[in-house]
Amino acid sequence: MRRIWAILIVIAFLYFFFKDVLPALPEFGKVDLFTRVSFDIISKSTKGKYEPIEFKKSSNREEGSANVVTSIVVNYRSFDTLGEVTVLFTAAIGVGILSSALRKRRFIELEEHFVLKITSGVILPLVLLFGTYIFIHGHLTPGGGFPGGTVIALGILFMLISNSQFRVTDASKHVEQISGVGYVILGLIGMALSGIFLTNFLPTGVIGDLFSAGVVPIVYVLIGFKVGAELSSIVFEMKEG
Amino acid sequence: MVYYVAFIIIGIGLYGIVSQKNLFKQLISLSLIDTGVNMFIVALGYVDNMEAPIYSTITPTANFVDPLPQALVLTAIVIGVGILALGAMLLIHLNEDYGSVELDEIRAAKEVIE
Repeated sequence: MRRIWAILIVIAFLYFFFKDVLPALPEFGKVDLFTRVSFDIISKSTKGKYEPIEFKKSSNREEGSANVVTSIVVNYRSFDTLGEVTVLFTAAIGVGILSSALRKRRFIELEEHFVLKITSGVILPLVLLFGTYIFIHGHLTPGGGFPGGTVIALGILFMLISNSQFRVTDASKHVEQISGVGYVILGLIGMALSGIFLTNFLPTGVIGDLFSAGVVPIVYVLIGFKVGAELSSIVFEMKEG
Repeated sequence: MVYYVAFIIIGIGLYGIVSQKNLFKQLISLSLIDTGVNMFIVALGYVDNMEAPIYSTITPTANFVDPLPQALVLTAIVIGVGILALGAMLLIHLNEDYGSVELDEIRAAKEVIE
């Protein structure tokens, strides 16, 4: 009976999609970017008039990161990212509280293997280095604080699986708090200097350089540490709470 | 074309939420709907013969797909991870209280407790 209801609901949903939604959508791949807001964001001229941008040549524009997605996430919509980080923080806190409220302590014991244990010790620094590379180059290459933090948490997960003595201590909580507070403080400094919360108060530099884009790399490093610490503590509390 | 794939994935997720009685399967279905919606939003910004929105040595001038949906989806993915983690932890609690995550068995266990 449930299956029949489920099939009926899915059919109704797909019928609605094909009849009403699909004709109203632009054809796939034929979007006219000039009519969208993104055009101003790509040319980094939301305030002034349009000027084209060239890699490694344009300098001192209103926003300086080569990765346009990063410039939206950390610069134009930075307040939204602060909210997103808060949501992730709330989820991590919720997981911590729920796991500490369990009546009996859970402990998932995994069988240790000598080769795996030694290999994970060799690989862990490389994984951490790779995650750090991803979030430091977040304004130049695909990536950023969220994927970089996830890679770091994956390294921690690797250690948790291979080594039953490995524990994530309270230091992860402190890292998380310090980087979260650092993000808000950056926003407040921007507000003190120019009157807008989370504004880009540093010079933006040449597009494509490692030291460019003002506060964007700093914010992404903070987000990388925060996401890495949060996801590692979530993973640890899932294993033993 | 990607529109169809995205909506079929959303349909599979809806089917899973309504038809399954295992709460963990319902959580996975919720995650599937999340993925489908994300695919749909990214597909809305695709432009033919354009590159990923990053200024680099290969694309020194603007020749890009729409970056705004991608930024929105970056936010949505992170929140999806938070929902998945919190939901899984709640399921662990349910399993401790009632000894199961199947809706039928939870209902039976509740009657026994009452």
